[in-house]
Amino acid sequence: MIPASFDYSRPSSLEEALAVLGDAGEEAKVLAGGQSLLPLLRLRLAYPTTLIDIGRVAELRGIADHGDHVFIGAMTTHHEVVRSPVVNEHCPLVALATATVADRAVRHRGTFGGSLAHADPAGDLPSVALALDMDLVVRSSSGERVIPAADFFVDYLEPALEPGEILVGARVPKLGPGWGFHYEKFHRTAQAWATVGVAAAVRRSNGTVAEARIALTNMGPTPIRAVAVEAAVRGAAADRNGALREAAEQAAEGTDPPGDLHARPDYRAHLSRVLTHRALLAACAV
Amino acid sequence: MPRITVKVDDITYEEDVEPRTLLVHFLRDRLGKTGTPIGCDTSNCGSCTVLMDGRSVKSCSVLAVQADESEIVTIEGLASDGNWHPMQRAFHEEHALQCGYCTPGMILAAIDLLNDDPDPSDEAIRQGLEGNLCRCTGYCNIVRAVRRGAEEMGVTSR
Repeated sequence: MIPASFDYSRPSSLEEALAVLGDAGEEAKVLAGGQSLLPLLRLRLAYPTTLIDIGRVAELRGIADHGDHVFIGAMTTHHEVVRSPVVNEHCPLVALATATVADRAVRHRGTFGGSLAHADPAGDLPSVALALDMDLVVRSSSGERVIPAADFFVDYLEPALEPGEILVGARVPKLGPGWGFHYEKFHRTAQAWATVGVAAAVRRSNGTVAEARIALTNMGPTPIRAVAVEAAVRGAAADRNGALREAAEQAAEGTDPPGDLHARPDYRAHLSRVLTHRALLAACAV
Repeated sequence: MPRITVKVDDITYEEDVEPRTLLVHFLRDRLGKTGTPIGCDTSNCGSCTVLMDGRSVKSCSVLAVQADESEIVTIEGLASDGNWHPMQRAFHEEHALQCGYCTPGMILAAIDLLNDDPDPSDEAIRQGLEGNLCRCTGYCNIVRAVRRGAEEMGVTSR
Protein backbone atom coordinates (compact mmCIF):
# COMPACT_ATOMS: atom_id res chain seq x y z
CA MET A 1 0.00 0.00 0.00
CA ILE A 2 1.20 3.46 -0.86
CA PRO A 3 0.80 6.44 1.47
CA ALA A 4 -1.04 9.56 0.34
CA SER A 5 1.22 12.32 -0.99
CA PHE A 6 3.05 14.60 1.39
CA ASP A 7 5.82 17.15 1.25
CA TYR A 8 9.10 16.05 2.72
CA SER A 9 11.70 18.02 4.59
CA ARG A 10 14.94 16.74 6.06
CA PRO A 11 16.50 19.34 8.33
CA SER A 12 20.04 18.76 9.50
CA SER A 13 19.84 20.60 12.82
CA LEU A 14 17.28 20.95 15.60
CA GLU A 15 17.08 24.69 14.99
CA GLU A 16 16.24 24.10 11.34
CA ALA A 17 13.72 21.38 12.27
CA LEU A 18 11.93 23.72 14.67
CA ALA A 19 11.79 26.45 12.04
CA VAL A 20 10.36 24.07 9.44
CA LEU A 21 7.85 22.70 11.95
CA GLY A 22 6.80 26.21 12.91
CA ASP A 23 6.16 27.11 9.26
CA ALA A 24 4.53 23.85 8.22
CA GLY A 25 1.26 24.19 10.10
CA GLU A 26 -0.65 21.81 12.30
CA GLU A 27 -1.02 19.08 9.70
CA ALA A 28 2.73 18.48 9.59
CA LYS A 29 4.16 15.41 11.33
CA VAL A 30 7.62 14.80 12.68
CA LEU A 31 9.13 11.58 11.32
CA ALA A 32 11.50 9.87 13.76
CA GLY A 33 12.29 6.22 12.98
CA GLY A 34 8.96 5.77 11.26
CA GLN A 35 8.20 2.32 12.66
CA SER A 36 4.81 3.43 13.97
CA LEU A 37 4.13 6.36 11.64
CA LEU A 38 4.91 4.71 8.31
CA PRO A 39 2.48 1.81 8.88
CA LEU A 40 -0.19 4.40 9.74
CA LEU A 41 0.57 6.31 6.53
CA ARG A 42 0.46 3.12 4.45
CA LEU A 43 -2.92 2.23 5.89
CA ARG A 44 -3.97 5.84 5.25
CA LEU A 45 -4.95 6.28 8.86
CA ALA A 46 -2.91 9.51 8.90
CA TYR A 47 -2.70 12.25 6.26
CA PRO A 48 0.05 14.69 7.17
CA THR A 49 0.67 17.46 4.65
CA THR A 50 4.37 17.51 5.43
CA LEU A 51 6.76 15.00 6.99
CA ILE A 52 9.69 16.52 8.79
CA ASP A 53 12.34 13.83 8.92
CA ILE A 54 14.59 14.40 11.94
CA GLY A 55 16.61 11.27 11.16
CA ARG A 56 19.71 13.29 10.30
CA VAL A 57 19.62 15.63 13.29
CA ALA A 58 22.73 14.30 14.99
CA GLU A 59 22.27 16.35 18.17
CA LEU A 60 19.10 14.40 18.99
CA ARG A 61 20.97 11.11 19.10
CA GLY A 62 23.02 9.64 21.90
CA ILE A 63 23.14 8.72 25.56
CA ALA A 64 24.92 10.75 28.22
CA ASP A 65 25.62 10.13 31.90
CA HIS A 66 24.84 13.29 33.88
CA GLY A 67 25.58 12.05 37.39
CA ASP A 68 22.15 11.80 38.97
CA HIS A 69 20.41 10.98 35.71
CA VAL A 70 21.00 9.59 32.25
CA PHE A 71 19.92 11.63 29.24
CA ILE A 72 18.67 9.60 26.31
CA GLY A 73 18.33 11.58 23.09
CA ALA A 74 15.04 11.19 21.28
CA MET A 75 16.56 9.84 18.06
CA THR A 76 18.62 7.14 19.79
CA THR A 77 17.45 3.87 18.28
CA HIS A 78 16.05 1.05 20.39
CA HIS A 79 19.02 -1.03 19.26
CA GLU A 80 21.44 1.57 20.60
CA VAL A 81 19.54 1.80 23.90
CA VAL A 82 19.59 -1.98 24.39
CA ARG A 83 23.34 -2.11 23.78
CA SER A 84 24.29 0.96 25.82
CA PRO A 85 26.48 0.13 28.84
CA VAL A 86 25.29 3.34 30.56
CA VAL A 87 21.62 2.43 30.17
CA ASN A 88 22.21 -1.17 31.26
CA GLU A 89 24.12 -0.07 34.34
CA HIS A 90 22.01 2.86 35.49
CA CYS A 91 18.54 2.38 33.97
CA PRO A 92 18.22 -1.37 33.46
CA LEU A 93 14.42 -1.18 33.28
CA VAL A 94 14.73 0.88 30.10
CA ALA A 95 17.02 -1.73 28.55
CA LEU A 96 14.81 -4.64 29.65
CA ALA A 97 11.65 -3.14 28.18
CA THR A 98 13.30 -1.85 25.02
CA ALA A 99 14.66 -5.32 24.26
CA THR A 100 11.03 -6.51 24.02
CA VAL A 101 9.95 -3.85 21.52
CA ALA A 102 8.83 -5.53 18.27
CA ASP A 103 11.81 -7.26 16.61
CA ARG A 104 15.43 -6.58 15.67
CA ALA A 105 14.70 -4.93 12.33
CA VAL A 106 12.17 -2.58 13.92
CA ARG A 107 14.57 -1.84 16.80
CA HIS A 108 17.24 -0.82 14.29
CA ARG A 109 15.00 1.97 12.98
CA GLY A 110 12.58 2.71 15.82
CA THR A 111 13.62 5.37 18.30
CA PHE A 112 13.33 5.99 22.01
CA GLY A 113 11.76 9.43 21.54
CA GLY A 114 9.51 8.31 18.72
CA SER A 115 7.85 5.69 20.86
CA LEU A 116 7.31 8.17 23.69
CA ALA A 117 5.95 10.91 21.43
CA HIS A 118 3.67 8.39 19.68
CA ALA A 119 2.05 7.90 23.13
CA ASP A 120 0.59 4.52 22.31
CA PRO A 121 -0.63 2.99 25.58
CA ALA A 122 0.24 -0.43 24.10
CA GLY A 123 3.85 0.71 23.57
CA ASP A 124 6.39 -0.50 26.10
CA LEU A 125 8.32 2.69 26.79
CA PRO A 126 5.51 5.00 27.95
CA SER A 127 4.84 2.86 31.02
CA VAL A 128 8.56 2.65 31.73
CA ALA A 129 8.80 6.45 31.52
CA LEU A 130 5.95 6.67 33.99
CA ALA A 131 7.35 4.08 36.41
CA LEU A 132 10.74 5.79 36.47
CA ASP A 133 9.34 9.33 36.67
CA MET A 134 11.35 10.41 33.66
CA ASP A 135 11.43 14.10 32.75
CA LEU A 136 10.73 14.63 29.07
CA VAL A 137 12.54 17.54 27.48
CA VAL A 138 10.82 19.32 24.60
CA ARG A 139 11.96 22.24 22.47
CA SER A 140 10.20 24.80 20.34
CA SER A 141 11.49 27.92 18.64
CA SER A 142 10.58 29.82 21.82
CA GLY A 143 12.66 27.63 24.12
CA GLU A 144 12.77 24.49 26.19
CA ARG A 145 10.35 23.02 28.67
CA VAL A 146 10.42 19.91 30.80
CA ILE A 147 7.33 17.74 31.17
CA PRO A 148 7.19 15.08 33.87
CA ALA A 149 6.16 11.70 32.46
CA ALA A 150 3.08 11.83 34.71
CA ASP A 151 1.83 14.82 32.66
CA PHE A 152 3.08 13.77 29.22
CA PHE A 153 0.59 11.07 28.24
CA VAL A 154 -2.66 12.99 27.86
CA ASP A 155 -4.84 10.51 25.98
CA TYR A 156 -4.69 7.74 23.38
CA LEU A 157 -1.86 8.63 20.94
CA GLU A 158 -1.90 12.13 22.39
CA PRO A 159 1.24 13.46 24.06
CA ALA A 160 1.40 16.84 25.79
CA LEU A 161 3.33 18.31 22.86
CA GLU A 162 2.11 21.67 21.63
CA PRO A 163 2.21 22.55 17.92
CA GLY A 164 5.77 23.52 17.07
CA GLU A 165 7.33 21.38 19.80
CA ILE A 166 9.69 18.46 19.33
CA LEU A 167 10.64 15.94 22.00
CA VAL A 168 14.42 16.09 22.26
CA GLY A 169 14.98 13.42 24.88
CA ALA A 170 14.37 12.26 28.41
CA ARG A 171 16.17 12.56 31.71
CA VAL A 172 16.05 9.15 33.31
CA PRO A 173 16.70 9.33 37.07
CA LYS A 174 19.26 6.86 38.33
CA LEU A 175 17.84 4.77 41.10
CA GLY A 176 20.49 3.81 43.58
CA PRO A 177 21.52 0.45 45.00
CA GLY A 178 18.80 -1.70 46.51
CA TRP A 179 16.47 -1.30 43.54
CA GLY A 180 15.41 -4.22 41.38
CA PHE A 181 13.63 -4.02 38.05
CA HIS A 182 11.50 -6.04 35.72
CA TYR A 183 9.35 -5.59 32.64
CA GLU A 184 6.74 -8.32 32.30
CA LYS A 185 4.87 -8.47 29.01
CA PHE A 186 2.18 -10.74 27.71
CA HIS A 187 1.66 -10.72 23.98
CA ARG A 188 -0.08 -12.91 21.50
CA THR A 189 2.88 -13.48 19.19
CA ALA A 190 6.58 -12.79 19.50
CA GLN A 191 6.64 -9.35 17.93
CA ALA A 192 3.12 -8.16 18.75
CA TRP A 193 2.23 -5.24 20.97
CA ALA A 194 1.70 -5.97 24.63
CA THR A 195 -1.77 -7.30 25.43
CA VAL A 196 -0.79 -6.08 28.90
CA GLY A 197 2.63 -5.13 30.24
CA VAL A 198 3.95 -4.25 33.69
CA ALA A 199 6.99 -2.10 34.40
CA ALA A 200 8.21 -2.54 37.97
CA ALA A 201 10.93 -0.92 40.05
CA VAL A 202 11.18 -2.17 43.62
CA ARG A 203 13.48 -1.11 46.47
CA ARG A 204 14.04 -3.76 49.10
CA SER A 205 15.24 -3.29 52.61
CA ASN A 206 15.74 -6.03 55.21
CA GLY A 207 13.69 -8.54 53.23
CA THR A 208 10.67 -6.30 52.76
CA VAL A 209 9.54 -3.96 50.02
CA ALA A 210 10.42 -0.42 51.07
CA GLU A 211 9.12 1.28 47.93
CA ALA A 212 7.71 0.21 44.58
CA ARG A 213 6.91 2.00 41.35
CA ILE A 214 4.67 0.10 39.01
CA ALA A 215 3.17 1.21 35.71
CA LEU A 216 0.88 -0.67 33.38
CA THR A 217 0.99 -0.96 29.60
CA ASN A 218 -2.28 -1.15 27.63
CA MET A 219 -4.64 -0.92 30.61
CA GLY A 220 -6.32 2.30 29.46
CA PRO A 221 -6.00 5.13 26.95
CA THR A 222 -2.68 6.12 28.54
CA PRO A 223 -0.07 4.22 30.54
CA ILE A 224 -1.11 4.23 34.19
CA ARG A 225 0.60 3.88 37.57
CA ALA A 226 -0.75 1.03 39.68
CA VAL A 227 -0.97 3.26 42.75
CA ALA A 228 -3.09 0.79 44.74
CA VAL A 229 -0.42 -1.89 44.34
CA GLU A 230 2.33 0.58 45.20
CA ALA A 231 0.54 1.37 48.47
CA ALA A 232 -0.37 -2.24 49.25
CA VAL A 233 3.08 -3.64 48.64
CA ARG A 234 4.90 -1.19 50.93
CA GLY A 235 6.25 -3.19 53.85
CA ALA A 236 5.31 -6.54 52.27
CA ALA A 237 7.68 -9.45 52.71
CA ALA A 238 9.79 -9.73 49.55
CA ASP A 239 9.43 -13.49 49.25
CA ARG A 240 7.19 -16.12 47.70
CA ASN A 241 4.93 -16.52 50.73
CA GLY A 242 1.96 -14.63 49.32
CA ALA A 243 2.32 -10.97 50.33
CA LEU A 244 3.38 -9.92 46.85
CA ARG A 245 0.51 -11.87 45.30
CA GLU A 246 -1.93 -10.19 47.65
CA ALA A 247 -0.64 -6.72 46.75
CA ALA A 248 -0.78 -7.54 43.04
CA GLU A 249 -4.50 -8.27 43.38
CA GLN A 250 -4.98 -4.47 43.35
CA ALA A 251 -3.40 -4.06 39.90
CA ALA A 252 -6.58 -3.35 37.92
CA GLU A 253 -7.85 -0.73 40.43
CA GLY A 254 -8.56 2.54 38.67
CA THR A 255 -7.74 1.20 35.19
CA ASP A 256 -9.91 1.32 32.09
CA PRO A 257 -8.63 -1.56 29.95
CA PRO A 258 -9.67 -1.66 26.29
CA GLY A 259 -11.46 -4.59 24.70
CA ASP A 260 -10.41 -5.78 21.26
CA LEU A 261 -10.07 -8.92 19.15
CA HIS A 262 -7.34 -10.29 21.38
CA ALA A 263 -8.58 -9.58 24.89
CA ARG A 264 -11.70 -8.41 26.67
CA PRO A 265 -11.37 -5.79 29.41
CA ASP A 266 -11.95 -8.35 32.20
CA TYR A 267 -9.25 -10.60 30.75
CA ARG A 268 -6.84 -7.67 30.66
CA ALA A 269 -7.72 -6.93 34.29
CA HIS A 270 -6.91 -10.55 35.16
CA LEU A 271 -3.65 -10.36 33.21
CA SER A 272 -2.65 -7.17 35.02
CA ARG A 273 -2.91 -8.96 38.37
CA VAL A 274 -1.00 -12.05 37.26
CA LEU A 275 1.70 -10.08 35.45
CA THR A 276 2.12 -7.59 38.30
CA HIS A 277 2.71 -10.50 40.66
CA ARG A 278 5.32 -11.94 38.30
CA ALA A 279 6.94 -8.52 37.85
CA LEU A 280 7.15 -8.02 41.62
CA LEU A 281 8.72 -11.44 42.13
CA ALA A 282 11.27 -10.81 39.43
CA ALA A 283 12.06 -7.27 40.58
CA CYS A 284 12.57 -8.61 44.11
CA ALA A 285 14.70 -11.44 42.66
CA VAL A 286 12.78 -14.08 44.60
CA MET B 1 10.93 15.69 -6.33
CA PRO B 2 13.83 14.76 -4.05
CA ARG B 3 16.87 13.16 -5.63
CA ILE B 4 18.53 10.35 -3.73
CA THR B 5 21.86 8.62 -4.07
CA VAL B 6 21.82 5.08 -2.82
CA LYS B 7 24.14 2.14 -3.27
CA VAL B 8 22.27 -1.10 -3.81
CA ASP B 9 24.13 -4.38 -4.11
CA ASP B 10 27.35 -2.54 -4.93
CA ILE B 11 25.91 -0.31 -7.65
CA THR B 12 25.30 3.37 -6.97
CA TYR B 13 22.04 4.83 -8.25
CA GLU B 14 20.91 8.44 -8.44
CA GLU B 15 17.17 8.65 -8.75
CA ASP B 16 14.35 11.13 -8.33
CA VAL B 17 11.72 9.72 -6.00
CA GLU B 18 8.37 10.83 -4.70
CA PRO B 19 8.68 11.25 -0.92
CA ARG B 20 5.95 8.67 -0.34
CA THR B 21 7.83 5.94 -2.22
CA LEU B 22 8.64 3.07 0.12
CA LEU B 23 12.11 1.58 -0.08
CA VAL B 24 10.68 -1.79 -1.08
CA HIS B 25 8.81 -0.23 -4.01
CA PHE B 26 11.93 1.67 -5.04
CA LEU B 27 13.95 -1.56 -5.02
CA ARG B 28 11.38 -3.60 -6.89
CA ASP B 29 9.70 -1.18 -9.26
CA ARG B 30 12.48 1.29 -10.00
CA LEU B 31 15.57 -0.90 -9.82
CA GLY B 32 13.94 -4.19 -10.77
CA LYS B 33 15.28 -5.89 -7.65
CA THR B 34 12.33 -8.24 -7.31
CA GLY B 35 14.33 -10.62 -5.15
CA THR B 36 12.92 -8.62 -2.24
CA PRO B 37 9.28 -9.68 -1.94
CA ILE B 38 6.41 -7.81 -0.36
CA GLY B 39 4.67 -10.08 2.11
CA CYS B 40 2.25 -8.49 4.53
CA ASP B 41 2.84 -4.81 3.78
CA THR B 42 2.12 -4.11 7.45
CA SER B 43 5.66 -4.55 8.90
CA ASN B 44 4.78 -7.88 10.48
CA CYS B 45 6.21 -10.58 8.26
CA GLY B 46 9.78 -9.53 7.55
CA SER B 47 9.90 -10.92 4.01
CA CYS B 48 11.01 -7.52 2.66
CA THR B 49 13.99 -7.39 5.06
CA VAL B 50 17.16 -5.89 3.57
CA LEU B 51 20.38 -4.63 5.13
CA MET B 52 20.67 -0.85 5.35
CA ASP B 53 24.17 0.26 6.31
CA GLY B 54 24.74 -3.25 7.62
CA ARG B 55 21.60 -3.51 9.75
CA SER B 56 18.38 -5.37 9.01
CA VAL B 57 15.38 -3.18 8.23
CA LYS B 58 11.91 -3.90 6.92
CA SER B 59 11.97 -2.12 3.58
CA CYS B 60 8.20 -1.63 3.65
CA SER B 61 8.72 0.56 6.72
CA VAL B 62 11.43 2.81 5.33
CA LEU B 63 10.90 5.60 2.82
CA ALA B 64 13.25 5.63 -0.14
CA VAL B 65 14.17 9.22 0.79
CA GLN B 66 15.27 7.96 4.22
CA ALA B 67 17.70 5.63 2.46
CA ASP B 68 19.44 8.55 0.75
CA GLU B 69 23.25 8.22 1.07
CA SER B 70 22.96 4.73 2.50
CA GLU B 71 24.09 1.32 1.34
CA ILE B 72 21.50 -1.39 0.81
CA VAL B 73 22.15 -5.11 0.45
CA THR B 74 19.34 -7.28 -0.89
CA ILE B 75 19.26 -11.02 -1.40
CA GLU B 76 20.47 -10.36 -4.95
CA GLY B 77 23.71 -8.87 -3.68
CA LEU B 78 24.85 -11.73 -1.43
CA ALA B 79 26.48 -14.07 -3.92
CA SER B 80 29.95 -13.18 -5.13
CA ASP B 81 31.64 -14.45 -8.28
CA GLY B 82 28.74 -16.81 -8.84
CA ASN B 83 29.15 -18.41 -5.42
CA TRP B 84 26.31 -18.33 -2.98
CA HIS B 85 26.77 -16.75 0.41
CA PRO B 86 27.33 -19.44 3.09
CA MET B 87 23.93 -18.61 4.58
CA GLN B 88 22.21 -19.11 1.22
CA ARG B 89 23.96 -22.47 0.86
CA ALA B 90 22.99 -23.48 4.38
CA PHE B 91 19.31 -22.70 3.72
CA HIS B 92 19.49 -24.82 0.57
CA GLU B 93 21.26 -27.74 2.18
CA GLU B 94 19.12 -27.83 5.32
CA HIS B 95 15.84 -27.57 3.36
CA ALA B 96 15.03 -24.38 5.22
CA LEU B 97 12.39 -23.35 2.73
CA GLN B 98 9.36 -24.69 1.00
CA CYS B 99 7.61 -21.93 -0.94
CA GLY B 100 10.60 -19.60 -0.52
CA TYR B 101 8.63 -16.43 -0.02
CA CYS B 102 10.11 -15.60 3.39
CA THR B 103 13.60 -16.82 2.46
CA PRO B 104 15.25 -13.57 1.31
CA GLY B 105 14.18 -11.83 4.50
CA MET B 106 15.11 -14.81 6.66
CA ILE B 107 18.60 -15.00 5.18
CA LEU B 108 19.27 -11.28 5.58
CA ALA B 109 17.86 -11.26 9.11
CA ALA B 110 20.06 -14.27 9.94
CA ILE B 111 23.17 -12.55 8.61
CA ASP B 112 22.30 -9.46 10.65
CA LEU B 113 21.86 -11.60 13.78
CA LEU B 114 25.30 -13.15 13.30
CA ASN B 115 26.86 -9.69 13.17
CA ASP B 116 25.96 -9.34 16.84
CA ASP B 117 26.18 -12.99 17.87
CA PRO B 118 28.43 -15.07 15.61
CA ASP B 119 27.67 -18.32 17.48
CA PRO B 120 24.01 -18.12 18.53
CA SER B 121 22.15 -20.78 20.48
CA ASP B 122 18.95 -22.22 19.03
CA GLU B 123 17.04 -19.99 21.44
CA ALA B 124 18.97 -16.90 20.32
CA ILE B 125 18.25 -17.78 16.68
CA ARG B 126 14.53 -18.12 17.38
CA GLN B 127 14.53 -14.80 19.26
CA GLY B 128 16.66 -13.13 16.63
CA LEU B 129 14.30 -14.13 13.83
CA GLU B 130 11.10 -13.24 15.67
CA GLY B 131 10.36 -10.53 13.12
CA ASN B 132 10.37 -12.97 10.20
CA LEU B 133 7.41 -15.25 9.63
CA CYS B 134 7.47 -18.52 7.72
CA ARG B 135 4.13 -20.23 7.09
CA CYS B 136 5.55 -23.47 5.62
CA THR B 137 8.46 -24.96 7.50
CA GLY B 138 7.67 -24.79 11.19
CA TYR B 139 11.07 -23.09 11.61
CA CYS B 140 13.06 -26.17 12.72
CA ASN B 141 15.02 -26.39 9.49
CA ILE B 142 15.49 -22.63 9.45
CA VAL B 143 17.11 -22.75 12.88
CA ARG B 144 19.32 -25.61 11.72
CA ALA B 145 20.28 -23.67 8.60
CA VAL B 146 21.21 -20.56 10.56
CA ARG B 147 23.39 -22.66 12.87
CA ARG B 148 25.08 -24.27 9.88
CA GLY B 149 25.46 -20.92 8.16
CA ALA B 150 27.04 -19.54 11.34
CA GLU B 151 29.52 -22.40 11.44
CA GLU B 152 30.46 -21.95 7.80
CA MET B 153 30.72 -18.17 8.10
CA GLY B 154 32.98 -18.70 11.12
CA VAL B 155 35.20 -20.99 9.05
CA THR B 156 35.24 -18.50 6.17
CA SER B 157 36.24 -15.60 8.39
CA ARG B 158 39.01 -17.64 10.01
